[in-house]
Parts: sequence; C-alpha cells; structure tokens
Amino acid sequence: MTTMRYWQALNRALDAEMAEDDAVLLLGEDVGLYGGTYRVSEGLLAKYGEWRVRDTPISENSFTGLGVGAAMLGLRPVVEIMTINFALLAMDAIVNMAAKIPFMSGGQFPMPLTVRMPGGVARQLGAQHSQRLEAMFLGVPGLRIVVPATPQDAYWQLRQAIRSDDPILVLEHELLYFTEGEVDENLPAPPLHQAICRRAGTDLTCISYSRMVSVAEAAAEQLAKDGIAMEIIDLRSLNPVDWDRCMHSVEKTHRALILAEDPRFGGVSGELTATLQERCFYWLDAPIGRLAGLDIPTPFNGALEAASIPRVADVVTAAKALLSPDKER
Amino acid sequence: MDRDTIRTMLRDMLRARAFEEAAAQAYAQGEIAGFLHLYPGEEAVAVGVLHAAEPGDYVVSTYREHVHALVRGIPAAAIFAELLGKKTGVSGGMGGSMHLFDRERRFLGGYAIVGETFPIALGAAYAVAYRQLPEAVLCFFGDGAVNQGTFHESLNMAALWRLPILLVCENNRYQIGTEIHRHSAVTEIYKRACGYGIPAEKVDGMDVLAVHEATRRALARVRAGEGPQFLEMETYRFRGHSMADPGSYRPTVEVQAYEANDPIAATLRGVEFHYPSADELGSGHDCIQGFCDHCCQEGHLDEAALARLRQEVADEIAAARDFARQSPAPSMDDAWAALLRNRRYDRLFEEQAP
Repeated sequence: MTTMRYWQALNRALDAEMAEDDAVLLLGEDVGLYGGTYRVSEGLLAKYGEWRVRDTPISENSFTGLGVGAAMLGLRPVVEIMTINFALLAMDAIVNMAAKIPFMSGGQFPMPLTVRMPGGVARQLGAQHSQRLEAMFLGVPGLRIVVPATPQDAYWQLRQAIRSDDPILVLEHELLYFTEGEVDENLPAPPLHQAICRRAGTDLTCISYSRMVSVAEAAAEQLAKDGIAMEIIDLRSLNPVDWDRCMHSVEKTHRALILAEDPRFGGVSGELTATLQERCFYWLDAPIGRLAGLDIPTPFNGALEAASIPRVADVVTAAKALLSPDKER
Repeated sequence: MDRDTIRTMLRDMLRARAFEEAAAQAYAQGEIAGFLHLYPGEEAVAVGVLHAAEPGDYVVSTYREHVHALVRGIPAAAIFAELLGKKTGVSGGMGGSMHLFDRERRFLGGYAIVGETFPIALGAAYAVAYRQLPEAVLCFFGDGAVNQGTFHESLNMAALWRLPILLVCENNRYQIGTEIHRHSAVTEIYKRACGYGIPAEKVDGMDVLAVHEATRRALARVRAGEGPQFLEMETYRFRGHSMADPGSYRPTVEVQAYEANDPIAATLRGVEFHYPSADELGSGHDCIQGFCDHCCQEGHLDEAALARLRQEVADEIAAARDFARQSPAPSMDDAWAALLRNRRYDRLFEEQAP
C-alpha cells in the first residue's frame, strides 16, 4: 500500500500494462517528451521508445482514429485526449468508428481501444475548457464509460480498460489528478463496472461519480453532525451502470439523491433518475432528488463558476429537503 | 504482363459489372433496402489496384466497396447476402451494403462517413510499421474525401512517420452531385499530396493495365520503406451517386463520353475480337465497336472463350443472388451477440464465482 496521487496511479497503471504486453501503446498530444500535460505518461517515453509512446500532431480525430485502426490489427492503444473538450473533434472516431466497427462487422473485429480524457469544472479555465460531456457518450451503444473517483480506482480501472476488448472511455477529472489516496497495486480489482458503497448510511442514498463523490463525502460529514446518515454509492461506471447496487441501497434507505456535475437538462442525472424511479418506485418515501450543474456555459468568474455546479452546502440542503419534503420545499 | 493475369483481371471486371447490375436489379425489385452505391465505370481501379497487391495487404474502403470486397476474394454470395441483410452475409447482416468487413481477408471495412478511411488506414499502417511487418495498407477514397480534415491530418502523420500506406483516390469527378470544379480549389488532386511530401501520380483509371502498373510501382516503394504513396485514378461512375440518385446533374454528353471509354470495354478491346450484340449496343457498350478493329491482334482470348467467361460470371452472380435470397435472416439474439462478443471474458459487476 502506497499513498500516491491520482495521476501517479494512472502512470503506474500504464507502466504496468506496457511492461506486460507490448501491444499496449500510448498516443496523444505531448504524451511523450513532455510527459503528458497532467504528468500521466511521465517517464514512459524513455522506457518504451517512440513507437509505443507517440507524440501526435494536434489532430484529434485522426490520431483517435489511428487508435481505432491499430486496435483492429490487434494492438491495444491508449489514446490520451488532452481534455474532453477536444474530444468533440474526435467524435467521428469515437462514435462512428470505435463504437460501431465491432458491431457492424458482425463481431469480427475486437476494439481493444482505451480513450482517456479529463473533464469537469476545474479552476477558472473558461467555458470551452470546463465541460462535462459524459452524457454525449451515454447515448452511444457500443461504448463503455468508466469514471474513477480515487487513485486506487484510477489504477484498477485503467488497467482493466486496457485489457478489455471493447472500446472504453476513461473519464478522469482535472481536479482529481493531484488528489492523494492509498493505492495497493497487489490487491485484486473489483469488476470494472461494479459500483462501490463509499459510506454506509440509513437515511438516504446519494448516488454519484467522479469528483462529486468527494463533495458527497464532505456533505455526509456535515449531515452526520445533524444526525443524518447518508449512504454514498460511487457508480465508478456510467455505461453499464450497476443498477443492482443502487437498488439495494435505495431499498434500505427509501430515499435517493442523484448528484452529478454535468448540466441537469439532458445530463447523466436524468437517466439515472428515470431508471431508478422505474425500478425503485414502491420503495421510495419521497421523489428522487436530483442535483446537477446549471444549464449554463461555465462562467469564468470564480464565484460564479463555483456556483454553477453542486457544492457541499447544496448537497446538505437537498438531503435535508428529501428527508422532510413538506417543511423544506 | 502474363496472359493469365490479364484474363483474371478481365474476369474480375466482368464479375464486378455483373454483380453491381444484379444488385441494381435487386434494389429496383425491392429486395435491397437502404443505400446502394454502385461501381460501374470504375472497375479498372479496384481490379488493377487489388491485383497488384499481395494477399497479406490490408484494404480499407468506402461505402462504394462491393467491388473492392469482391476482387479481394470475398465470395459474391457473402456480399450479396449482406446487401440483403442476411445472417450469411459477410458482416452477419449487421453491416449492410456500406459496411462489408472480412477479418480473414484483411478487409478492414467499408466506411460510410466520408474521410474515415484515412485514420483507419493510418492506424493499420502504424501497427504494421510498429511490428516491422512487410504488409502495405491500401486506402481507397473518392475525390470528395480530400476536403475532409482527416485527409490532411492523416496524410501528415503518414508522411511524418513514413507509414506503409498506398492512398488510392478514385476521382470520379463528383461528390454526389457537386462537380469537382465546384468543390475543390485545386482539381488535380494528386497535387494535394505534395503538400505533405508524399510522392503522387495521376493515372488513367479507365485503363486497368495502367492502374495495375502504377500500383505495382507504388507498392514497391511502400515496401522499400519509402513511406506513403499516392495515386490519383481518373475515373467515372456510370450511375448516379446511389440508387436514390438519377445523376441528372451530369450532362448526357459527359456520361456518353466516359462510357465510350468504358474500362471493361477497354480491356476487352485488348483481348478479343468482338462485335457487340444489339443488347450490348443498347446498354451502352457501343464504345467497343470503334476500337475492335485492332483488338484481335493481341489474341488473348477468342470470342468463344469470352462467351464462356461471360456465362460463368453470369452463373456465379445468379447463384450468389439465389444464395442471398434463400439465406435466413439474423435474429435479435444475433445482433446482441455481435455487440457483446468482445466482452465475453469480462466481468462487469459481479466477482467471479469461486
């Protein structure tokens, strides 16, 4: 067990997979000499050489597509897109190629492609660099999407994604790269898409993912002082979703609060709410609560930026409202 | 070139034409639904290029790819069945006309988003170069595709890393209905490749022997490690963009002028002494007539042999169509199996039972 940062865990995962299988290679802008803009590929060029750690031109669609073509021939490319905002330039490669080829070929071609990219609201990066676009990929059958919230999950899930024969998006978060956590590289990993209970509770269930899990954890601490026990389910994966674990928790607590950083309208929280409502309706003591980002491009101003996504205080308020719906509304 | 190769190429051109005309007929009769983009007029390109390639080479193609698949060796029956969406189709009925895939024959697919063949070929070539293998990757695309960003992005990377790609532009002068002078500032497409330092050549795409020879030379350079090579094939499609397109934007005189230069007729005139029948005259094969006075000189084929060849081809395509018609449709279980096939070893949510 070692304490390390999220980016270091990703780095260790890449190193481990590259050492084990020479079919694994990295591609992306500044992944080589520069070591990755968030240091994720630091040291790997020197160790594995330029054919396995390839600095690319600024051509997102074609270098992601390169990953698709190389995967068809049996390589296991890990494409780094510097931020999810640039993935919009690679949507053709991700959506029209990677997600479709295994299926359209009648299952002839595996697609062992991993596409890593960070998203999320960070620190005043402006509207073009602060997007949470996971919902855009949710509606694309054929893609799998994982959203590690901790260094340990980053380590496990990236390794598992590389080993999978399906195209998998690993959505990281810019504010998580420099968070620290315990990582045990020898511990067997749970299944890639299994949700995890981060905190046990009996009064309500908060279902969240990625950076918002830490917001939920901070809120749960405050709620505990008021005698409210909030259970936290970290989804770890957005496609597929581990519905069973969500349902088991809601069956116990009878209340659910969905917490997501992406915009509310058309966002991940809507899909989670709709499906859980269908599956858990008769257990619920209150309508499912939903907290998500405002439907606004992210303002540059720091205070407005912070107010554009759920904060700890918002979660506390929403949780209390769920527990006493008549009083708080 | 030896006589067998010429005969084989002629056979493939006749197969290509017969296959596409049978597909057009099946479409007209309602057996084929969706989009159907046909190749007549361009046969010399697919046949010349693919006969100059090795079986180990990879092929990436577009939505107008039936003939590439056919010449590559995918059975006509498996292609026809795919056009009908049958389980026996080369893509199991999940792809359709525009998405033929054959892993065994290294046919990396037909792509229906213009410009996708570049990055796919780039990735395949990257894998070949990384593994230091002798294969080349053949990348087909049309004149319309050269204005996509992927063309420029991919040519840049291919040249930068000297990847083993042969870029084959099938310049039929139209992106659907927009003529090349209205879609490209520089209409001599091969010149675009020069911007990336890629050797490029313009080839008469109606002359299968010229196509074969240019491809043979270009592939030799690819295999010698000289990096990507570019061939612009000047060709023409006799039909509209797809079966939904009557092609009415093209002047009749232009269509007739190209038909007079029909690549199949052009090959025939090199191998046979043949006066076209009334049927052939009626179907636009009158272009043969003006040239047949010197054809017999080559003597590769006599009229009886050609008639036999035509009959064999007709029988093959008819059998392919029958096979497709009689084949079973895939089930929804087959569709799910195609989607989930690659996760069969993955545990998604639950630990493995001890």
